[in-house]
Amino acid sequence: MTNKGPNISLHDLESNFEEVTKALTKQEANEEATRCLYCYDAPCIKACPTDIDIPKFIKKIATNNLKGSAKTIMIANPVGASCARVCPTEELCEGACVLNHSTTPIMIGNLQRYATDWAIKNEQVLFKAGKKNGRKVAIVGGGPAGLSAARELALLGYKVTIFEAEKECGGLNTYGIVSFRLPQAISFWEVDQVRKLDVEIKTNTRVGKDVLPEELLENFDSVVLAIGMANVPSLGIDGENLTGVHDAIDFVKSTKSGELSDEFKQKRIVVIGAGNTAIDGATCSVRLGAENVKILYRRTEQEMTAYDFEYEFAKQDGVEFRWLTSPKRIIGDENGVVKGIECLKMELGEANEDGRRRPVPVEGSEFVLEVDGVIKAIGQSRYTSFIESFGLEHKNGVVKVDLETHQTSNEKVFSCGDVIFGEGQGEAMVVSAAQQGKNTAYAIHKLLFMKASETA
Amino acid sequence: MADLQINLAGIKSPNPFWLASAPPTNTGYQVQRAFEAGWGGAVWKTLGDPILNVTSRFSSLDFNGQRMAGFNNIELITDRPLEENLREIYETKKRFPNHAIIVSLMVEPQQDKWHEIVKRVEDVGVDGLELNFGCPHGMAERGMGSASGQVPELVEKQTYWAKEVAQTPVIVKLTPNITDITVTAEAAVQGGADAISMINTINSLTGVDLDTWNTVPNVAGKGAHGGYCGPAVKPIALNMVGECAKNPRINVPISGIGGISNWQDAAEFMLMGATGVQVCTAVMHHGFSIVEDMIDGLSNYLDDKKVKSVNELIGKSVPKYTNWGNLDLNHTVIARINNDVCINCNKCHIACEDASHQCIDMLKDSNGVEYLQVREEDCVGCNLCSIVCPVDGAIDMLDIPSNQPMTWNEREAVIKGTKVKSEVNIGK
Repeated sequence: MTNKGPNISLHDLESNFEEVTKALTKQEANEEATRCLYCYDAPCIKACPTDIDIPKFIKKIATNNLKGSAKTIMIANPVGASCARVCPTEELCEGACVLNHSTTPIMIGNLQRYATDWAIKNEQVLFKAGKKNGRKVAIVGGGPAGLSAARELALLGYKVTIFEAEKECGGLNTYGIVSFRLPQAISFWEVDQVRKLDVEIKTNTRVGKDVLPEELLENFDSVVLAIGMANVPSLGIDGENLTGVHDAIDFVKSTKSGELSDEFKQKRIVVIGAGNTAIDGATCSVRLGAENVKILYRRTEQEMTAYDFEYEFAKQDGVEFRWLTSPKRIIGDENGVVKGIECLKMELGEANEDGRRRPVPVEGSEFVLEVDGVIKAIGQSRYTSFIESFGLEHKNGVVKVDLETHQTSNEKVFSCGDVIFGEGQGEAMVVSAAQQGKNTAYAIHKLLFMKASETA
Repeated sequence: MADLQINLAGIKSPNPFWLASAPPTNTGYQVQRAFEAGWGGAVWKTLGDPILNVTSRFSSLDFNGQRMAGFNNIELITDRPLEENLREIYETKKRFPNHAIIVSLMVEPQQDKWHEIVKRVEDVGVDGLELNFGCPHGMAERGMGSASGQVPELVEKQTYWAKEVAQTPVIVKLTPNITDITVTAEAAVQGGADAISMINTINSLTGVDLDTWNTVPNVAGKGAHGGYCGPAVKPIALNMVGECAKNPRINVPISGIGGISNWQDAAEFMLMGATGVQVCTAVMHHGFSIVEDMIDGLSNYLDDKKVKSVNELIGKSVPKYTNWGNLDLNHTVIARINNDVCINCNKCHIACEDASHQCIDMLKDSNGVEYLQVREEDCVGCNLCSIVCPVDGAIDMLDIPSNQPMTWNEREAVIKGTKVKSEVNIGK
């Protein structure tokens, strides 16, 4: 059965990856901006992890002061253009909008995009580096947390160097969020805003290989570890090495790195997992021309971790969901290419420590789905050995930090972003990473200057 | 269904809704379309010696995305030959004998000019005349319109000249570009006016283009002041109607004009003393069809209020319109916030804090839930909080009548040991 979204093209895959949400027109933006109440002590600000002064930037849209609006956003959130697109706004600012109680909430995300789009289109450079204070900070990882820390430190006058293993900075925003949600150009603009603050960005530079941890600790006053998370862990079942089995993170990255592959055209794909990355894997498959895409999840709709809007989006794209279904083995043909997946039916048992009910296999419920490809999206593993190479304390690859200062077990090393998320610590959103980056910068500044002046 | 017919100084119309003398009454074609749509009367666009117009002519004051909160024009009186207008008036009246056709007139302040135009217009059969002493631009520079309307003697004299020959009722249309409109209104009455109409447009400049620094509107880069009208002028017009209505020396009917956009505005003007109303800007914004709801809404309103005729509204609020010195100093109003309706935007708090009397507290209950509360002992009942509140019913302004009412005038009288003059209030 072919069940595709209405706009999926088999002939022009590029068009399938264009941003799905249309930008507001000037008139739409003005009408929405004037609808804002400009609350005092506004709950939307409190709901924003980066404390963007939302009524202020919206008011500036209404007065056609778009440069002021973009600066209001970006000063609070160095990746504010990306967040305008990827934030779960209904759970944050828009969810807190008081108009939820009377009419409909303000489209804060879309207005934020409108203002930052203006800055991008008009090639604005919004901020200037602070006067150099003579101190140097190394930042390992140029994703949202690293960029955010770099931006704040540069404004405070630090000489900042970012070490980025990939070809480009931006991390998740550049490689991990599907193009039809977040075009790469947006992330590149944010990187460029940081670069223009005299921040040195060394791409294609892998710490541990191209430069050693000891060198960083030796040559910089502080080091910020913002390396995020690694690839999808192993499923631990037979057939994982067959041709046609993909890691969801790598798979999404491949759709943002050069030409789109046509190897998915008219293929049957299953995605294992039901988080936001699984949704990305599924919708990217659809947009690459797959004939049928199923998400297999061992629990139910209730327990899935994908945002509601992502779930809805996947359904609109024609993705099928198979609940209470767990993979048992992947079956290959004589050439080592995936041809099927054997699954087990599950049922929910008692709740485990995280409150979610534990899935239990139903004996003898095995069945085989004929598929041409399998995408694994069951979470992300950790750069544990890398963390250990810095000699930092961690729990299962989650760096231990003081949550206020982001300082690690080495007083010279700070850490923020996904690398500190997990084991009951931190948040996984881009916007939280941005705030952590800011807080890390302030903590470093406090350590290097305030303390010095206090004791002087 | 309530009776909507009115009789304004002898001019009868099936409802109180007339089109004001303006672009919508420029031609017979337009006025006939208006009558078909349901308008009860029309004041034909001002006749006089044909003039030359400029382009562009109109501009709009938009407010928070809402178009035409205010409207400005630099168009002049009719630019078509008198004969053509008279022929169309004749044809329109013949087709719509029961609708009121009033013709607006403007000539130089000379007796023979007034005599001539009044006779020629009345010859084709009209229900009344309106003397345009109000138009603030273009004609004023030639000694007509508001230039003569600002001089009480000229108002009186020209009204007198028109009345010398007029067979039909004469309405004098007044300019608001004057300190006290009752002075010129009285002059019109002295000159023999059968009725007055107000307001004409207010001197205005809509804006300045921030790219070109040209005025808005402009003609080839140069601007001139225009006449302002539309919803934004309604409070000014309503006050002027009220001031005239409560003045015992202005004992003629009033045709209300100024920002009337719907039946509610019309009812307010009638309550404040108008016998009927004239509309322009709302039609320029939406077309003639708006009269349907004006008639329907007014009719339903009167039925709800168990009022049999619209004429029963006229002037009913005038006795309630007095001077500040007659207001009760001991009356108390306080704000009360209904927390179950409040959406916690805190606009009342910051308005009170920054612009009034600092008496709305932002508090948290024992569960940490935020709420707002008025410190009633410090509230002066100014209304600001309830005005800025975006939610209906979230803030009530409670009336607490005093046991011992005392006005400023009474207080002064007690202090000075004199008697309070009883207030003169004569509704018409």
